[in-house]
Amino acid sequence: MTKVFTRPKSLTDKPFHYCPGCTHGIVHRLVAEAIDELGIRERTIGVAPVGCAVFAYKYFNCDMQEAAHGRAPAVATGIKRVLPDRVVFTYQGDGDLAAIGTAEIVHAATRGENITVIFINNAIYGMTGGQMAPTTLIGQVTTTTPYGRDPGKAGYPIRMSEMLATLEGSAYIERVSVHDIKHINQAKRAIKKAFETQLAGKGFSMVEVLSTCPTNWGMTPVEALKWLEQNMIPYYPLGVKKEGK
Amino acid sequence: MSKVLMKGNEAIAEAAIQAGCRYFFGYPITPQNEIPAYMAKRLPEVGGCFIQAESEVSAINMVYGAAGAGARVMTSSSSPGISLKQEGLSYIAGAELPCVVVNMVRGGPGLGGIQPAQSDYFQATKGGGHGDYHLVVLAPSTIQEAVDLVMEGFDIADQYRNPVMILGDGMLGQMMEPVEFRPLSSKRELPPKTWATTGYTGDRPRNIINSLFIDPQALEEHVKRIYRKYEEIKKKEVKVECYNCEDAEIIVAAYGTTARIVKSVIQKAKREGMNVGLIRPISLWPFPTSTFEEWAQREHVKAFMSVEMSMGQMVEDVRLSVNGRKPVYFYGRTGGMVPEPNAILSEIKKVIGGVSR
Repeated sequence: MTKVFTRPKSLTDKPFHYCPGCTHGIVHRLVAEAIDELGIRERTIGVAPVGCAVFAYKYFNCDMQEAAHGRAPAVATGIKRVLPDRVVFTYQGDGDLAAIGTAEIVHAATRGENITVIFINNAIYGMTGGQMAPTTLIGQVTTTTPYGRDPGKAGYPIRMSEMLATLEGSAYIERVSVHDIKHINQAKRAIKKAFETQLAGKGFSMVEVLSTCPTNWGMTPVEALKWLEQNMIPYYPLGVKKEGK
Repeated sequence: MSKVLMKGNEAIAEAAIQAGCRYFFGYPITPQNEIPAYMAKRLPEVGGCFIQAESEVSAINMVYGAAGAGARVMTSSSSPGISLKQEGLSYIAGAELPCVVVNMVRGGPGLGGIQPAQSDYFQATKGGGHGDYHLVVLAPSTIQEAVDLVMEGFDIADQYRNPVMILGDGMLGQMMEPVEFRPLSSKRELPPKTWATTGYTGDRPRNIINSLFIDPQALEEHVKRIYRKYEEIKKKEVKVECYNCEDAEIIVAAYGTTARIVKSVIQKAKREGMNVGLIRPISLWPFPTSTFEEWAQREHVKAFMSVEMSMGQMVEDVRLSVNGRKPVYFYGRTGGMVPEPNAILSEIKKVIGGVSR
């Protein structure tokens, strides 16, 4: 019998620890498929974040470094400068990248650091139990915005892709979603393109992936996908935000 | 090789390059700015790479990444900046990565001042960041010694897979002395960096640089293994100078710049008929505990006195080592004030007067 579907080589056989319905698993798979298709697994080094994906080093079947909270772009910079012919990527959530690691991501981008960043935006802190993220929508209820996010007190959700797209060093930035098959396919193309950008030596590349957190949103997986489509996409418009020559 | 006249900070930077350091990540802060400037100029000449990071936090995490990729790498800063690097140092120690970190100490706390101080002793020797760990801390008192210790520091870091700190001060960084860049006298067997993340090609297990151990039993085992390494470091890497201790009535403990001043005080005391010795810890961690123990047991030694550019930090380790055998006194200046020889001498006289009465 012919095998028509299998685990990508760039994923280990370790079962994911993610909650039922969480989209991290989908995105892990897309990253692994992109690495497989480009044939770069043996020269790829990944950097795991702090947050739900903290154990990413167990799942990606390549050499990995585990960074402190928010510092993945700095760690990736250190690796890439020592090993410029290797492919270096970070995998970061919204608390990691858009709050505590704001300085690291902005300056990695503005240096045109030739790395690829996979940015998971699910509008909440998952690992710590559902606190407000910088990307939490106005009115969204979290454990630290129990009355809904009030911009008068907690400010506004941050659009990282648009912000980083203003920087000269950014070569390719796209926001995608994984709420249905069509968008998952689009996300895969974007992730692959981000790695190709790095392989071509064009500079900083990032794919922001709108994702769900059914557990901390208090929804079923299906409701969460719907909520993403109806609430996140209007505030975080999909598409290419920056593309160099 | 002949001697060259160099500023402390620049000599330290050149020593790093001579030791094979090819990566430097830093952030401006006085009084260590000549180190990154020298590196920015020299590293491209030797095929290396310099980055001025957006913060000390970022710089130390670049060090983490580069060290994890198998490179010899250094960063430098001064007190407030070193505080910012503590998170990264804890992770580096936890992930067992080798690197060299230079702290040209200035007065604190807070923004403090920019003049020389030794008030980061606790931070340097007791951990500094969170968790159970130690840096190897080396404190030169001349620029030649700084050069030698930087070069050996890279070897120590590689041998034990542990960060090494060079603890200087603003005085050492800014002054000029003749130095010689010479090969290390002791050759170490350095283990190959088979653990580095250079790409998983299948000829070895997958390499993961990490300090996360979610299972408490595994974390305890990991920390205990690191501490077994520290026991070996304590046995093999203590560096100390004993100066004029034979027949000394009082022994002064001092390191770095302060030890230089104390040496001239000792000459002055001798001319006045007093026998004063100096124990100069060169490795602040591991601390030369047994040296203090030994001298504390000598009959002729009546007392110890720790002289520091702080409100009294190393004196705690001196007291622990002397362990009640003899009285331990303290004299210090802080905030960037350097102790004057006459002031130290009069403190010594007070102690001699007190203990011989």
